[in-house]
Amino acid sequence: MAEPLLSLSGLRVDFGAGRPAVDGLDLAVAPGEIVSLLGPSGCGKTTTMRVVAGLITPQAGRVWLAGRDITELPPNKRGVGLVFQSYALFPHLSVFENVAFGLRLRRQDADRIASRVGAMLEMVGLTGFETRLPRELSGGQQQRVALARAVAIAPDLLLLDEPLSNLDARLRLDMRAELARIQRESGVTMLYVTHDQAEALALSTRIAVMADGRIEQLGTPEDVYASPATAFVARFMGFETILAVRDGILASASGALGPAPAGAVNGSALAWRPGQVLLGSGAYAGRVEAASFQGESVEYLLSTAAGAVKAEAPARAPRWREGETVSFDLPLAAAARLPSV
Amino acid sequence: MRGASAAVLGLVLLFLIGPFVVILLAGLSAGDTLVFPPQGLSLRWFAAVLESDSLWTAFVLSLWLAIGSTALALAVGIPAAYALARHRLRYGETARAVLTSPAIVPGLVVGLALLRYFVVPLDVSVLSALVLAHTALLVPYAVRVVGASLANLGVDIEEAAVTLGASRLRAFALVVMPNIRSGLLAAFILGIVTSFNQLPVSLFLTGPGVATLPVEMMVAMEYTYDPSLAALSSLLALMSVAVVFVAERTLGLSRHM
Repeated sequence: MAEPLLSLSGLRVDFGAGRPAVDGLDLAVAPGEIVSLLGPSGCGKTTTMRVVAGLITPQAGRVWLAGRDITELPPNKRGVGLVFQSYALFPHLSVFENVAFGLRLRRQDADRIASRVGAMLEMVGLTGFETRLPRELSGGQQQRVALARAVAIAPDLLLLDEPLSNLDARLRLDMRAELARIQRESGVTMLYVTHDQAEALALSTRIAVMADGRIEQLGTPEDVYASPATAFVARFMGFETILAVRDGILASASGALGPAPAGAVNGSALAWRPGQVLLGSGAYAGRVEAASFQGESVEYLLSTAAGAVKAEAPARAPRWREGETVSFDLPLAAAARLPSV
Repeated sequence: MRGASAAVLGLVLLFLIGPFVVILLAGLSAGDTLVFPPQGLSLRWFAAVLESDSLWTAFVLSLWLAIGSTALALAVGIPAAYALARHRLRYGETARAVLTSPAIVPGLVVGLALLRYFVVPLDVSVLSALVLAHTALLVPYAVRVVGASLANLGVDIEEAAVTLGASRLRAFALVVMPNIRSGLLAAFILGIVTSFNQLPVSLFLTGPGVATLPVEMMVAMEYTYDPSLAALSSLLALMSVAVVFVAERTLGLSRHM
């Protein structure tokens, strides 16, 4: 990896109650990368981002930006752009003045400000909206203004805190594509906080999956999707069936399912997505508890000796009804191999 | 049912507006004593009030006292409200209780206590004593009204301003102040009206030659019985109505009360 633009080492943030929000976190982000911090709420991803912005002071650890230790630097001296989930536009200022805010603080002359703001609004497709107030804009437009405002100061690093989560589903897809385009055009490095796997997969150069204030796995979207490093990451990435291999037996805490596939390593664990569970024949059996039609496919919830197993089969394949017993196979080739459950 | 509630509403309105109408008419009397209904109509008592030096002096003092003490109360109250709204302080709730307490202590008690244990032992001038006492009375209003405005304003816009390069103080001036402006003006008007009408505390703190308008009026009432006080009361009421009307039209004052 090239010389990192941002690097975090041994970061710890303790709010005083319970376990630390961020607990010994290390991360390096190369220039031009989009790195996502992905995890459920409370995993420490937003806290980590706020430490980078300077809005939270860590109890331990250092933050380096472009080779400089900025741990003690106040947020207004960092030159880092931040896009909020709530947009956080200044309600009393026009779109133009919102975007110009950071430039005015830098005492740029009026002509430069006007041309920079114009370029930013063109970038986010809001040319002609200069005199509107934030409350006269839709949510999507507000988030575009927030993005233009953060990029206007030409930050080395742009932090985005769940920027799309307040938008509706279709708008979210549009904005996702737009973010990717803006990143390509401006080359700005992004640290992107989200709890949405699909968003992280689509947008990121690399994904850091977080749990309990630590990074569980750091890798490319392909890596994290296909080869989760831990059971937590596997569950978060949609592997619904996770079983331990013990003495050649496939089992969960609630019971044994049957003999493990040949070649499975004792003491490890295996995980399958619903679509990887093959219904109709195989060494294992379960009772259909629920079958729900999804359009292209049918999702089955099976109850087995090892607990619930979720399977998904094409809708045109033979269907099983609730209450029926169905045999199924868990192919080793498709499974994600985990060190433990 | 409809007729009954309309009748009740009418009675309540009569109860609220009636005294004002009575006083206004009594002030318009042409006679020499304060009676209702008035003996003939004239503006002579209004003219007498406007020509009275002592009432003008008291009016000007009351006005300056109201403006000065409200400004001081806001100068103290804005930072206090900000600290209470934005920082989780160790004794935050206690501080909030203390800051709002003068509003529930009777004015007579506050006035007597200030006179007995502050003004007399420290030999404070009458004017400073009045300013300090009124400021202390108004701080709770300032903290409450400004606090309510701050509570409605997200912290995120301050953080946005700071990440864009503003210091905390500039973020407050550029982003917070403009967005709580109507709350500040509401607090200002409320403070002025409260201070201007304040009697019990001022009663103890006024001295020779220095009297606020309410004190001057009370003293006058003990010695004279002509309609001038009714005329003055009418003028003051009309002034209050005008201020509140303008404030409501321009700021929507009622949203902050």
